[in-house]
Amino acid sequence: MALCGPRAHAQGRGGSPSKPASQSAPIDVTGNWVSYVTEDWRFRMITPPKGDYTRVPLTPEGRKLADAWNPAADEAAGQQCKAYGAAAIMRVPARFRIAWQDEQTLRIESDAGMQTRMLRFTPSSPPRDRAWQGHSVANWDAPARKLVVTTTNLRAGYLRRNGVPYSAEARVTEYFVVAPVGQSDQALVVTTVVEDPRYLQRPFVVSSHFKRDKDRSRWSPAPCVATW
Amino acid sequence: MRRNLVAACGCLCGLLLCASLGPSESTAYAQLNDSSLPEFEGSWAPTNNEDLSNDTVPVDYMGLPLSEEGRARALSYSESQLAMIERQCQGWAPTYLMTGPFGMKISAQYDLSRGSIIRFTIGAWHDKLPLDIWMDGRLPPSRYAEHTRSGFAAGHWEGSVLVTRTTHMKASFIRKNGPPSSDRATMTNRFYRHGNFLTLVAVIEDPIYLSELLIWTRDFQVSPTRLTPIAPPCIVAFEGTTAQDEVPHYLWGKKPEEFMNEMTAKYGVPREAALGYPDTLYPEYREKLKIRNNRSQ
Repeated sequence: MALCGPRAHAQGRGGSPSKPASQSAPIDVTGNWVSYVTEDWRFRMITPPKGDYTRVPLTPEGRKLADAWNPAADEAAGQQCKAYGAAAIMRVPARFRIAWQDEQTLRIESDAGMQTRMLRFTPSSPPRDRAWQGHSVANWDAPARKLVVTTTNLRAGYLRRNGVPYSAEARVTEYFVVAPVGQSDQALVVTTVVEDPRYLQRPFVVSSHFKRDKDRSRWSPAPCVATW
Repeated sequence: MRRNLVAACGCLCGLLLCASLGPSESTAYAQLNDSSLPEFEGSWAPTNNEDLSNDTVPVDYMGLPLSEEGRARALSYSESQLAMIERQCQGWAPTYLMTGPFGMKISAQYDLSRGSIIRFTIGAWHDKLPLDIWMDGRLPPSRYAEHTRSGFAAGHWEGSVLVTRTTHMKASFIRKNGPPSSDRATMTNRFYRHGNFLTLVAVIEDPIYLSELLIWTRDFQVSPTRLTPIAPPCIVAFEGTTAQDEVPHYLWGKKPEEFMNEMTAKYGVPREAALGYPDTLYPEYREKLKIRNNRSQ
């Protein structure tokens, strides 16, 4: 029976597991991408007011922390990158460059906040120090044509710029897919699932989308800021 | 030996059946028997962690790339239109699937003789009709065919992704506070299943009221409770105190200033963003805001 369907020819798509990740990619996520902010505009393009955590399932402890947000104190403490951590960086309006660092590591750079993420396809233990971008382990799901990334070992940060928190215990799972758009364009869609036993009552799930960026001149690196 | 014979017969029957079907039918047959395809049927609850609806303020067109025509039509809209007897039960366009607050009940109808899926149906809500997604390879209606509230949706598989394209929709609204959609609008959806989550990606094209393609994404999760596929009947009732002989609207430039300014007053959203200018959807717009903020300080 399996002989007659087109999917029979698709068996093994993505290559054998022994190939390096760069050669077994079922989709091409590399290149330049730009955020297309058609959702959550007022939470992303401007700094929302303190205490506005609409649609974020915070625990009472999380709400207390959000209500105590103090951006000046963050700046003074050198913590202005709290809204640029791995749980939130793909929601920041920015341009992103995705490229192979080596055969087993994808690198994602953002111009806003000048952050760099390393998605490692080779299992490795996380470093001792926590980081804004944490420790990311990547896998191709070849039959489903997607990239699955799990990130732990994070520094505590913000899901939204106005101090809506996630803790260092948070675990971030992301699904990257590439969708055709119109006649010849593509969109990168990243579904982000944040689980945080401390500040979230249930998973916080958002999906961010990006257009392929043909105008590379607009890459504009800027350091982290606590408010904008 | 007996098992081998059964397997050989099964394979032969399958090959004969494949040979007797057309290309699209063959595809459908194989897909139904492909256990690697994800399950979409069932009840899906919205995660609702994103602000998509944006329909509680009269002039909130944030995140929309409206054309000048789209903006003008949106500003002429009065939500009092929904009190009109003839409009109370009109419902919303299929694009409302992406912005409404409800979950999805997805069911399938099978052709048991061929072992194929005839259609998926996304159930109705109070103010949205069910959406049939035809998987049987049927051709879309003529371009001159009647447009309906649900339109015509055809689906196919791209690997494990369900792809649907909806055409023949009646002119309606892409947001409940007035931004319109024309009868030339189309919507392409992609359904991606990620474990217990489902991400729905929509690309909406409207040559009349949008200045560029609109992309929306929305997330659902497996619902622990069963969602109903049908909506209660819509019952029309006279809601006004006077007989209605006109369509409530605002003439050009007459939208009340309190409406025009509400997003700025409440949330500090610049007016051009609230009015859905397309350049406000890109990161560069942040630079404009920065310059403006610096000037005002």
